[in-house]
Amino acid sequence: MIQSDLFPLVSFLWLEADLLDGGEYDDWLALWTADGKYVVPIDPKATDFENTLNYAYDDHELRSKRVARLRSGQSVSASPIARTVRSQSRFRLLSSGENWFEIRCAQFLVESRRERERYYAADVTHRLISTDAGFRIDQKVIRLINSTDTLDGIGYIF
Amino acid sequence: MTTHFADLVRPDRASTRLYTDDAIFAAEMEKIFSHTWVWVAHVSEIPNPGDFKTAKVGLQPVIVTRDRAVQIHVLLNRCRHRAATLCEARAGHVNSLICPYHGWSYALDGSLRGVPYEKGYGTDFDRGEFPLISLRTEQYAGLIFATFDETIMSLDEHLGGAKKWLDLFMKQGGGYPIKVMGEHKFRFPGNWKIQLENTTDAYHFPIVHKSFLTAVDAEMEQQMDMLNSGGWVEDLGNGHSVAVMMPDLVDLDDNLDAPIPVRFQTLADELAKDHTPQEVRRLVRAVGGAGFNLNMFPNLACSMAFFRVLQPVAVDETEIRHVALGMDGGPPAANRARMRIHEFFQGPMGFGSPDDAEVWDRVQRGAQGGRDLWLMLHRGLAHEAENPDGHRVSDVSAETGMRAAYRKWRDMMAP
Repeated sequence: MIQSDLFPLVSFLWLEADLLDGGEYDDWLALWTADGKYVVPIDPKATDFENTLNYAYDDHELRSKRVARLRSGQSVSASPIARTVRSQSRFRLLSSGENWFEIRCAQFLVESRRERERYYAADVTHRLISTDAGFRIDQKVIRLINSTDTLDGIGYIF
Repeated sequence: MTTHFADLVRPDRASTRLYTDDAIFAAEMEKIFSHTWVWVAHVSEIPNPGDFKTAKVGLQPVIVTRDRAVQIHVLLNRCRHRAATLCEARAGHVNSLICPYHGWSYALDGSLRGVPYEKGYGTDFDRGEFPLISLRTEQYAGLIFATFDETIMSLDEHLGGAKKWLDLFMKQGGGYPIKVMGEHKFRFPGNWKIQLENTTDAYHFPIVHKSFLTAVDAEMEQQMDMLNSGGWVEDLGNGHSVAVMMPDLVDLDDNLDAPIPVRFQTLADELAKDHTPQEVRRLVRAVGGAGFNLNMFPNLACSMAFFRVLQPVAVDETEIRHVALGMDGGPPAANRARMRIHEFFQGPMGFGSPDDAEVWDRVQRGAQGGRDLWLMLHRGLAHEAENPDGHRVSDVSAETGMRAAYRKWRDMMAP
């Protein structure tokens, strides 16, 4: 049972997760603030992402390019795009202010492509801004539990 | 089974079994990786006494240490007692190496310092008999190589024709020493030589990396039009080769009057606050990296702006590390720009590497069929010629680099 005060936040994260698994990328791109950052760090302790090497450190332009690449049919690793199903639970509100919330959850993602299944577990932390149009993502940090290990090619969005 | 390795490679082709045969893989780990210089570290990864990193020479685990006298050692990561690894961390700082099993402790130069309850061994126990196995270690341009073989030629001689290109590559420090800023590691289910071939394979670039080329601006797309830029591939001897994709970017200290590319204008403006216009041009040129890929047999490439390190795991599994490089003590803005460039193309989530990994995987899958067929390596052979250095040279899309690597493979496998 989700605490009632968390429910609006959790509903928003589940919507985002569903858009990504369903390939509804235009709606996903619209969920972000103009300066929002999508970050997949390598170093589990990294907090200064700008001055650290990450797997991904995307602003709006790079997120749009990532989406374009998935759709283009030009990328052999994304043709076909891997199918994914992700679930999120263990939500915890880390901090909040007048119009913002920092919420962390556990994410378990299963990928299927060319008869191979792969699994990724991660702590996912969102910084959400409350706007008149609903929540917007100001930062999303995906901390894979095996981020310092050797990964396989990942041709989709966490 | 007797394998006549010499029959598996011809000047213009190689046997498919080189990708698929377990016995060949086992022989390679011994005949190649135990008898040549294998890259293990860059000096910036272990800057201070007590720093270490772990690596592999072929399949054998090693520790690269810097001792109190700042000497670098490459030590087999295996306790001389009953074989446990001394260290599983990828990097760190220690005063000594202590086996977790029975507590044998070693100094950073590998000498055995302490054995718990030593009297159980009797009075003639000699610690000097059981140091960690120490590999022969030499350096060039900050690159640390090691070998198990005391008899092979010096590293200097081994690198030979590659040294000129290493010196050029290191100019992307922009006047600062090169430092390692991090790495992207990924693997693909295929043989290590599929990756080895790829570093000087410009032929694949516009095909495999079409989605990357679509994502860059027009100026960069034109710069990356490497099949039409007058480049070449050169056999540097000893299995090494270089593919020059962007001849204008061979020497980063040249052409400093060239206009600053549009994509670097914001960076140039930021650097201009603390640097002269001439310094800004040099730094910006350095940030973009060199215009060539240098491939050193068997496991290291200096590829445009990063090191590519290949680690064989099994006949059909290989680990790749793309090591991001920066300017040690250089402007933070320049290093940030280099990290963003690295993230854009490299690693498991880059716009380039996953497509490379996918086609390499496809090579391994395809090689399960028609094992008596040949891998054809004859592109550019018809017009290959010798340059004044006595090196074989052909056009940028030629398979000259692969032919060089496989000739070295044959020399080592069937001497």
